[in-house]
Amino acid sequence: MRLINRHPGKRGARLLAVVPFVALAVLYLTASAVRYAANPDDKLLPGIAQMAAAMNLMAFTQDMATGDYLMLTDTLSSLQRLIEGLAISVGISFVIGIAVGMVPYLRKLFVPFIAAFSMVPPLAILPILFIIAGIGETAKVTLIVIGTAPFMIRDLIMRVEEMPKAQLIKAQTLGASSWQMALRVVVPQMLPRLIDSLRLSLGPAWIYLISAEAIAAQDGLGYRIFLVRRYFAMNIIIPYVIWITLLAFLFDVALRLVQRYAFPWFAGAKTQ
Amino acid sequence: MLTRKDFLKSGAALTAAATMAGGAPARAATKKKFTLAWTIYVGWMPWPWAAEKGLVKKWADKYGIEIDVVEVNDYSTSINQYTAGAFDALTITNMDTLAVPAVGGVDSTSIITGDYSNGNDAVILKNKTKFEDIKGQNVNIVQYSVSQYLLDRGLQMHGMTERDIKIVNTSDADMAAAFLTPDVTAVVTWNPIVEQIDADAGAHNVFNSSAIPGEILDLVIVNTKTLEANPDFAKALCGIWYETLGIMLADTPEAKAAQTEMGKLSGTDYAGFVSQLKTTHLFSDPAGAAEFTKGSQLIATMDHVRQFLFAWGMMGQGATSPDVVGIEFPGGHILGDAKNVTFRFNADYMAMAAAKTL
Repeated sequence: MRLINRHPGKRGARLLAVVPFVALAVLYLTASAVRYAANPDDKLLPGIAQMAAAMNLMAFTQDMATGDYLMLTDTLSSLQRLIEGLAISVGISFVIGIAVGMVPYLRKLFVPFIAAFSMVPPLAILPILFIIAGIGETAKVTLIVIGTAPFMIRDLIMRVEEMPKAQLIKAQTLGASSWQMALRVVVPQMLPRLIDSLRLSLGPAWIYLISAEAIAAQDGLGYRIFLVRRYFAMNIIIPYVIWITLLAFLFDVALRLVQRYAFPWFAGAKTQ
Repeated sequence: MLTRKDFLKSGAALTAAATMAGGAPARAATKKKFTLAWTIYVGWMPWPWAAEKGLVKKWADKYGIEIDVVEVNDYSTSINQYTAGAFDALTITNMDTLAVPAVGGVDSTSIITGDYSNGNDAVILKNKTKFEDIKGQNVNIVQYSVSQYLLDRGLQMHGMTERDIKIVNTSDADMAAAFLTPDVTAVVTWNPIVEQIDADAGAHNVFNSSAIPGEILDLVIVNTKTLEANPDFAKALCGIWYETLGIMLADTPEAKAAQTEMGKLSGTDYAGFVSQLKTTHLFSDPAGAAEFTKGSQLIATMDHVRQFLFAWGMMGQGATSPDVVGIEFPGGHILGDAKNVTFRFNADYMAMAAAKTL
C-alpha cells in the first residue's frame, strides 16, 4: 500500500501524538540534568523540582507585599486585556469586513488602504501610540487591536468576495435589498468564518499582549516574564510559557467547539 | 525533474553539512580565543573603539591569544548569555554581577573597576522639585535594575520606603516616550535617557547617583575558571583598557577624535558624549582604581547591594539571608558564605597596569 494511504489505528494515533511531546521533555530533562551536574545553581535549564518550587511560590503562596496570588492576578489581568482587544478586533472587522466586501464603492475606497496599513509593524510606531493612548490599559488593548484587526478585516473581505455570486443574484431576483442581503445571506455565512479568522489571530494577539506588557505594566503574564528575565529566573519563565501555551490552546479548542455546535452546517460547507 | 533519489541525496548532503558546521568548533584543549561582550554605555564605549583601532589585537597578539569584542543589543540579554556560558568576559555593574551570575552559581571575578555612576542614574519628577514629592506617585522604572537600587537609597535617605510609592515596570527603550505622556509623572532611569528627559521643560532631576558616589560601579568581569587557567586574558584586557583611557582622556586632538568616535558608536555626538562623561567618574589611573577596589567603602557598598537584593527576593529562591552567596575582596575579606564564593573583586591586574608590568 502507498504511504499516503496507510492510517494508524485509534491507539496508534494517540501514541503518535504523544511522541513529540515526550521526546521534547526527555531532551530538555537530559540537558537540564547535565547542566545541573556541572553547576547546582544553574539558571538556564531548571529541573522539575526547581520549577515546581517556583510555581508553588507564584501560584499557591500569597505574595508578602500585596497578599495576592501573583500568577492568578497575572493571568486575570492578561486575559482581560486579551479578551477586550480581541472583542474589539472582532467587532471592527465584522462590520468593516462585510461592508467593504459587499459594497464596490467602499471596496475601491478602503481595500488598498487596509492592505497598506496592515503592513505597518505596530511595535515600530509605539511612541505615537503612547501619545494617543497613554501607557496604561488603553495602550495595551489598542496594540492588540492594531496587531490583529487588519488581518481579520482583510480575511473577511476575501471571504465575502469568495461567496458564490449566484446566491446574491438569486436573492435579488427574490426582491432582497442590499441591507436584507447583508443580514440574511452574508452575515450568517460569515459568522463561522469569523471564528476561523479569530482562531488564526490568537497567536499574534498573544504576541502583542506580551509585548505590551513588557513595555510598561504592573501585572500580567508578559510583565512577569520580562521582570524575572532581569535576573534570569528561567524556573519561573518556563512554567509561565507552558501556562500561556495551555491557555492559548484552550481558547483554540473552545472556539472550535463553538463553531461546531453553533454552525453545524459549516463543516460540510467547507469540504465542498 | 526531482526524483526521490535526488531528494534523499540532497537531504543527506544537508544533514552532513549541518553536522560538520555544528561539530567543527569543538572546544580546543588549550583555550586561545576569548570573547568580551559589551553593551552601549558611556563607561564601556572604550571597548568597541579599542577594537576598531587595533588596540585589542595589539594586546592580544602580545599574549599570543585572540580576543573577540562583541556588542550585545540588550543589557539584560548580555548578562543572561554570559551566565549561560556564551562569553568569557562582560561589562556589567556590581549589582547585576551579584544578582545574576553570582547567584546563578557562575563564579566571576571583577578585574577592572572601570567607573562609577556620578549622576548617570537619576530620579526625575515632572513639575515637582523636591525628592519628597515622590510620595504616593506611580514611578516608572526598570524594575530590579540599578535604577531601583538608586530609588531605594533615595527613599532611605529621605525616611521613606518603597511602600510610599507605586512602581510601574517600564522598558528603558520606551522610557523617554513614556515621559511625554500625561499619566507618567515620575521616572527613574539612566543615561543617555536621563539627558533626553532632563531637556524636557517641567522635568526636575531631584536625586541622582552623585549623591551615592562609588556605589553604582561598572566593572569588567571574567569567568573565574577561565581567568585561573588563562591569566593572560585578564592581563591583555587591562592593557587594552588603560592604554585606551590614556588616549581618550589626554588633552590632545587625538583624545577629542577618540571621544567623538565613541560618541558616534553610542548613537550620540562629541557634545553628548562629553556631557555623559561628566556624570561618570572614570578611574583613569590604574593605581587609583586598584586603591578603590582594596578600600573599605567597596565592602560597605556591596553590603548595601546584597541587602537590597535580598529584600527583593533576588538572592535566589529559598535564600534565608543575604549570606547565601560569598563575595570576596582583595586581601581576603569575605562577605557572606565563605564556602560559596561566586563573586570576587581582584585588584592584581589593575596594580600590574599601574606598575607597568603588563
